[in-house]
Amino acid sequence: MTGRRLEYLAAPLVLFNLVCFVVPILSIIFFAAHSPEFVDVFPDTSRKLNSWDQQTLPSEDVFLTFVQELDKAAQDRTLPDAARRLNYEISGYKSLLSKTGRVAQDLRPPYREAMIGIDQRWADVNYWKVAASASHRYTTLFLLTALDFKKNADGSIAYARQDERVYLATLLRTFWMAFVVTAICVSLAYPIAFLMAGASPIMARVLLALVMIPFWMSLLVRTAAWMVLLQKDGLVNQLLSGLGVIEQPIQLIFNRTAVYLALVHIMLPFAILPIFSAMRSISTDYLRAAASLGARPTRAFVEIYMPQTLPGVAAAALLVFILTIGFYITPALLGGPKDQMISYIIAQFAGQNANWGMAGALALLLIVSVAVITSMASALRMSRSKRAGR
Amino acid sequence: MNPNVSSRDKRKFVRSTKINPTDPKQRGMPLKKKRGIKVYRILRKYAVYAAIISTLGCVNVAHARDFTIASWGGTFSDSQRKNFFTPFGQEKGMKVLDDTYSGGWALFEAMLKTNTRPWDVVEVESSELARGCEEGLFVKLDWSRIGDRSSFMPQATSECGVGAATSAEVLAWTSKAGGPNLTLKDFFDTTKIPGKRGMRNDPKGGLELALMGDGVDPGDVYKVLGSPGGVDRAFAKLDTIKKDLQWWEAGAQPMEWLESGDVAMSIVYSGRAHAAKTQGRDLNMTWQHSFLFVDQWVIVDGTGNTDSAYDFLRYFATHAKAQADFANEVGYGVPSLEAAKNIDPKVLADLPAGDNVKDSLDSGSTEAVTFWLDNYDDIMARWTAWKAN
Repeated sequence: MTGRRLEYLAAPLVLFNLVCFVVPILSIIFFAAHSPEFVDVFPDTSRKLNSWDQQTLPSEDVFLTFVQELDKAAQDRTLPDAARRLNYEISGYKSLLSKTGRVAQDLRPPYREAMIGIDQRWADVNYWKVAASASHRYTTLFLLTALDFKKNADGSIAYARQDERVYLATLLRTFWMAFVVTAICVSLAYPIAFLMAGASPIMARVLLALVMIPFWMSLLVRTAAWMVLLQKDGLVNQLLSGLGVIEQPIQLIFNRTAVYLALVHIMLPFAILPIFSAMRSISTDYLRAAASLGARPTRAFVEIYMPQTLPGVAAAALLVFILTIGFYITPALLGGPKDQMISYIIAQFAGQNANWGMAGALALLLIVSVAVITSMASALRMSRSKRAGR
Repeated sequence: MNPNVSSRDKRKFVRSTKINPTDPKQRGMPLKKKRGIKVYRILRKYAVYAAIISTLGCVNVAHARDFTIASWGGTFSDSQRKNFFTPFGQEKGMKVLDDTYSGGWALFEAMLKTNTRPWDVVEVESSELARGCEEGLFVKLDWSRIGDRSSFMPQATSECGVGAATSAEVLAWTSKAGGPNLTLKDFFDTTKIPGKRGMRNDPKGGLELALMGDGVDPGDVYKVLGSPGGVDRAFAKLDTIKKDLQWWEAGAQPMEWLESGDVAMSIVYSGRAHAAKTQGRDLNMTWQHSFLFVDQWVIVDGTGNTDSAYDFLRYFATHAKAQADFANEVGYGVPSLEAAKNIDPKVLADLPAGDNVKDSLDSGSTEAVTFWLDNYDDIMARWTAWKAN
C-alpha cells in the first residue's frame, strides 16, 4: 500500500477527531474569554459605557438608554444571562437587576434619580465600573480568577488573600500529586516489567493476566474497594489490630495516603505495559556481549540494558502523568478537602453551575500546563536521541 | 558483484535496486494524471459512504419523540414509574418514557443554547426551578388545569412548579454516640459527644445549619446570612469543629460512616435514614432544625407536548393513593396534604411531610433562592478555599 492511500484511509478518523475532540476543546477555551452576555442584551448602553470616563456616575443619557434596554430585557426574558454575568463580579447584582427590571417600565425621567430611588446601589460608581468592564465581548475576568487574581473596586489587579486562594493552589497540588503518583508507579512498574520480560512464556502470560485483570475492572469499583479496605473498621485496620500492631484504629482514609494508594493501584497497569513492551524488544545478545567483554552484571544492566528501556519508561511516565492530572473521582471519594484535584472544580463549574467561562479558563490553564510539560519532555527526548547519535 | 560488468552496466544495476515505487518517473506515468485518477476513485468511494450515512441521519431526524419525563433515576424513578408514569400512560393510551436527570443547570443551559427539548416534564430542585422560570424555559402554570393549589403543602407550589417529592437533611446518630434526644447544638459540641461529624459538601445547607447551631431561629437564618458578617459568623461556627468534619457527596456515604462508627453524628438525607431504620439498623434522628428540599415538576416550554404535560400533572395531583404508595416505597415525603393522610402513621413519622417539617428551614423559599442565586459563586469559592486551608 502506498503512503498516500494510507493517509486517505485515516481521513475519517482525522475528521472524527477534529469534530468530536479538537473543536469542542477549542470552543471550551473560547468560552474562557468570550463573554458577550451583557453586550448582547444592552448593546447601546455598552457602547456608551465604553466611552465613559469611569470617574463619576454616568450621565443621564446613559441612564436613559440603560432603563430602555433593561425594560426590553425584562419583557423578553433575556435579562437573567446578563444579570448573572455582572453577578460574577459583584454578588447581589443579579437580584438588583431583577428588582429594577420588574419596575423599569414605570420609571420616569430624570432616570438617574429614579433608579437611585429604587436602590441606593445605583449611586455607587463601582457598580457602573463593573458594567463598563462587562461591556466588551471578550474579558479577562475568568482567566484572572482562575489564576487567583482579584480585581479591586478601583480596577487594579491583586493576588487573592491566603484564605481565598483556590484555583492556582489546586492546580499546583494536582501537578504535585500526579508527579508523586508517576514516580511511585514507574519505580514499582520497572521491576515488575523486568520480571515479566525475563520470565518463561507461561509465567509471562500468567503475570500479564494478573496485571490486566484489575485493569479491566471499573475504576469506581476499585475505588470503592479501597474505601472498604481503609475504613476505620475496614480490613486493614482489623488486620493490624488483630496482629497487635496497633491499639486504636488509625485514620487511613480521607487523607493523602489513601489517594496515593488508590491512584497508584489504578495507574500501575498503564505504567507496566509500555515498560514491558520496551523491555521485550531488547535482544538478550547485548547483555551476553557485555558479559563476554568482561562487564559485571550490575554494570551491564546499568550501562547497556537500562538506557535501552528509557524510551519505554518515558512513555509510561508521560502516560501516567497525563492520566492522573485529569482524575477526580478517586480523590473525591478517598481524599480529604486538602486532596482535591482541579478536574473536580472544572466539572463543578461546567456541570453544576453552567459557568462555562470559569470551566473554560481552568481547562485552558490545564491544557497549557500539560502542553508545556509535554513539549519539555519531548525536547528532552529529542536532545537525548541527538546526543546518542540516533 | 561480477567484476567483468562495465561501470555503465553497474550503474544501471545499482539504480534498479534502489527503485522507488512511488516515483512516477520510474513507473513511466505522468504525475498529474495518476493523482487525478487515484483521488477520483477514493472520493467516489467516500461519497458512497457519506451518502449512506446522511440518509441514515435523515431517518433519525424525521422521527418525533415520545412523551418523556425526567427524574432522578434508580429506585426513585422505578417507584415513580410504577405508581405514576405507567398508569398515566395506560390511561391516556400513549407511550411515556422516562429519563435520568442528575441535577445542575448545565443540561438546561445546553437546551437553551442548542434549542433542543429532549424532555417534557422534569423534576427539578429549587434553584433550577427559579432559574428556569425566570429565563422562560419552564411554563408558567395555569393551576386551573392541574388541581386545587391549596391541597398541596405551602412550600410545594410555585409559579412554574408542582411539588413532586420532599426530602430533608436531618441530624442522625447511632445509640453508641448518645441518647435519643440530641440536638443540633450537640452536633457542634465535641466535648459532650466526642467523635467525628459528617456533613454534606455544599455551602447551601452547611451555612444555614451552622447558623441554626449558633442559635439563630430558622425564620431569621437568611436575614442573618444576608446581613454583613452573617456568612463570616457561619464559617466561624463551622471552624469550631473543622478538624472533626468529614465531607460527603453521595447520600450513601454518611450512612456507611454511621454504621461503621467512622462518625459519631452526621447530617443525612431523611430518606436514607428511614430506609436504614426499616432495615432494623440502629439509628436516631431528629426533625428539629431540618433543612427541607422540595423537588417540583416543571413543564419544559417549547416541546409541543404541553397539553400532555398538564394532563400528567393533573394525574399526579389527583391520585393521592399513588402518592402515598410512592412515599411508602422510597421514604420521601409527598407534597399533597391529602396523600399524607393515606400514609401509615408509623411510616409518616419518618417522612419529611406534614408536622415533621412544619418548622423546617425551606430551601425553596423566595429568600433562600434569592440569597443563593446572588451569592452561590462567591461563597462556593470561599468554601473550597476554607476547606483546603
